[in-house]
Amino acid sequence: MSKQIQVSGLDAYYGSHKAIEDVSMTIEPRSITAFIGPSGCGKSTFLRTLNRMHEVIPGARVEGKVLLDGEDLYGSTVEPVSVRRSIGMVFQRPNPFPTMSIYENVAAGLRLNGRVSKSESDGIVEESLKGANLWNEVKDRLNKPGAGLSGGQQQRLCIARAIAVKPQVLLMDEPCSALDPISTLAIEDLMVKLKDEYTIVIVTHNMQQAARVSDRTAFFNLDGQGKPGKVVEMDETSRMFTNPSQKATEDYITGRFG
Amino acid sequence: MTTVQHISAGRRVKDRLAQGLVYLAFALAVVPLVSVLWLVIKNGLARFDLEFLTHSMRNIGARDAGGGAYHAIIGTLEQVLLASLISVPIGLLTAIYLTEYGNGGRLSRAISFFVDVMTGVPSVVTGLFVLAFWILFLGMPFSGLAGALALSILMMPTVVRSAEEMLRLVPNDLREASYALGVAKWRTIVKVVLPTAFTGIVTGVMLAVARVAGETAPLLLTVFFTDSINNDPFSGPQMGLPLYVFDQAGRPNDTAIDRAWTGALTLILIVMLLNLVARLIAWWRSAARGR
Amino acid sequence: MTTDVRTRGGGPATRRSASRRSHGEAPFRFAATGAGILLLAIMAAIAVFLISEAVPALRANKGNFFTDLTWEPNGSQVFGIAALAFGTVLSSAIALVIATPVAMGVALFISHYAPRRLAGPLGYLVDLLAAVPSVVYGLWGVTFLVPLLKTPSEWLNAHLGWFPLFSGEGAIGGKTMLAGGVVLAIMILPIIAAISREVFLQTPRMNEEAALALGATRWEMIRMAVLPFGRPGVVSAAMLGLGRAMGETIAVALIFPATFDISIEILTPHGNSIAANIANGFGEATPIGRGALIASGLVLFVITLLVNMGARMIINRRKEYARSGA
Repeated sequence: MSKQIQVSGLDAYYGSHKAIEDVSMTIEPRSITAFIGPSGCGKSTFLRTLNRMHEVIPGARVEGKVLLDGEDLYGSTVEPVSVRRSIGMVFQRPNPFPTMSIYENVAAGLRLNGRVSKSESDGIVEESLKGANLWNEVKDRLNKPGAGLSGGQQQRLCIARAIAVKPQVLLMDEPCSALDPISTLAIEDLMVKLKDEYTIVIVTHNMQQAARVSDRTAFFNLDGQGKPGKVVEMDETSRMFTNPSQKATEDYITGRFG
Repeated sequence: MTTVQHISAGRRVKDRLAQGLVYLAFALAVVPLVSVLWLVIKNGLARFDLEFLTHSMRNIGARDAGGGAYHAIIGTLEQVLLASLISVPIGLLTAIYLTEYGNGGRLSRAISFFVDVMTGVPSVVTGLFVLAFWILFLGMPFSGLAGALALSILMMPTVVRSAEEMLRLVPNDLREASYALGVAKWRTIVKVVLPTAFTGIVTGVMLAVARVAGETAPLLLTVFFTDSINNDPFSGPQMGLPLYVFDQAGRPNDTAIDRAWTGALTLILIVMLLNLVARLIAWWRSAARGR
Repeated sequence: MTTDVRTRGGGPATRRSASRRSHGEAPFRFAATGAGILLLAIMAAIAVFLISEAVPALRANKGNFFTDLTWEPNGSQVFGIAALAFGTVLSSAIALVIATPVAMGVALFISHYAPRRLAGPLGYLVDLLAAVPSVVYGLWGVTFLVPLLKTPSEWLNAHLGWFPLFSGEGAIGGKTMLAGGVVLAIMILPIIAAISREVFLQTPRMNEEAALALGATRWEMIRMAVLPFGRPGVVSAAMLGLGRAMGETIAVALIFPATFDISIEILTPHGNSIAANIANGFGEATPIGRGALIASGLVLFVITLLVNMGARMIINRRKEYARSGA
């Protein structure tokens, strides 16, 4: 289920603007990797290059290599659609499909990709909602619109939707930034539970969150306005937060900037 | 000296005058609407009976009373339906191209510009085009289908614009959520984007239908005239309700003028009904969103 | 069950099932692009086929197409568009002169004067004017407006007869250019009002408040902030209205007496237009006659195309300006 990601020499562009430069890192399976850094440093852009969502934006492109267990995601025969099937994503703001019920939202990935039997999808929906710690709250109203749930529930619904297609990796782009503290805690608990099965990568603005949930942390920064973002340092989270090797990391973590 | 300066009398009068003129302009705009509707209802009710709705003009002499617009109503419904069947898929696909695939490139800007220009093509010109191309060049007969072709050209730009607007209202988040599930772009459009925009698109189509249902000039040149019932839009001349009104209004007898008014009433009822349904769908949709 | 699903999502070869899933992409994209291109092709085809069907008739024309006042393509085969083009321009100009100020008033009423809660429904009321079919306006014009205009027309002729437009001897009133122009004005009012309303509503709030803060009255605020900002929008709205008026067919076909002369007396029974002539002349047209009508339609198409393109260019330029300013 869970796979390793190796990135080497990756640059990402929006048109002629280089957003990130020469990023190389290894993301280990069955663990949570957190990306931290000031706004606009390219951590979300980098996250989106990992499942080829970056190129959805007109004019955006990527150079470099991303290997998923040795297979290059940007190889000439690889289709972005199938990459995203294996590498799921959860967004900053919960975005359930407004025209679909809770059940249909979770089953969306399966249904939109082809036919599945009723019993099969029943099983996957229940399993995914349980996996997202949402089953008990919604099991009696699966046919109600997904948009009727609270923000935190919606975000867990989106996580359920993402894991229903059984990806190998789960990317989370600031999944808690639109949520209250209690919902945030629920999502954090969920992440820790999910890491037994998935490779999880999370972008966060919240350093306590990174410290609480992640195993490894990468610090992104840029040299100045208009310059591309870079990885300054990547290490075990515990070491990073207690004893960073770079001055910039220490300044950021201790709140001196950003 | 007072702390608050008073506005000079001249400035106040000017302000009042402007306000008066603005109110007057609005009243001036509403007067013809009320007048038209009032006369259509008053004069139209005289012949708004079962015979009018169920009989054609076959064997009705020049001065005879009686007769009806059944053949014209059937014709209009069939022509408008056919026009929608032609223009909605083309218009919707064009809107999809503009919002989802065009990316503001040269082709999409050209299409967008000419869609706007197309809205201004006079309806009589679309009729002439179908006459020149379909009937004179290809040698096809006058028929309901020819009329529908002309109406569909009139509908297309309206459908494109309204559908485009609705598609742009669909949040990008939803497209991204679908892509992130590994759903191909076209399936995302068909299964996520279109259902989300559905009611809005329906409203736009209804308004487009309402607009062309009252068009006379293109029909005049393409479906020709008939006083008899012709249920087949694919062969032989048909009638259309607007054409019927034009035809009857041009005849010199009072019985014909009466029929023209009743035809106008029927036409306005159909058009207003379409408008109303469209607004209701739009209203119902915004109410559902608001919850 | 679960294993089955796992192999579907998993496995090293992520490209295995890719072709199955995206096999619809190319055809769908092709269909969407094709539909857009088809629209462009229709516009081109309109020009091409109007020309190709007009040429034989123009070859057979024994008169001068641009200067002759007669229209006898069926009989003597002498036909010219001069009188028709003049009628089209004059009736549209009358319509524009009447409709533009009223439409601006309506737009200001909805955007700045009407109570907030009533603005929507009242705007809808004006839009309803556009929903009334053109043939109904024609019927209304012939039976109601034409008699109604008789007395005012006589008054204008008696008191302001020195003014060329209002001059004329003999029969005053009836099926005149003025009646046609008024009906056209009513028909183009909603579109001018709707577009003007949009641009007036887009006036930056800052500018309005700045004017009010200087102690301006509501009218002064509108003159200082709203009207200058909205001017290009109103100009293009009026141009779009002009295009509509020139192409309008059935209403004027019922009202105009179908004369073939050039007269600026708008109170005497004169009047015709390219579009009205097509509607009135089509029934009895011979093949040459149809070709001649198509030729006149081509002229109408080109004129309205130019007017509309001009209007759209002004709007688009304004849009870009507004965007860069934001």
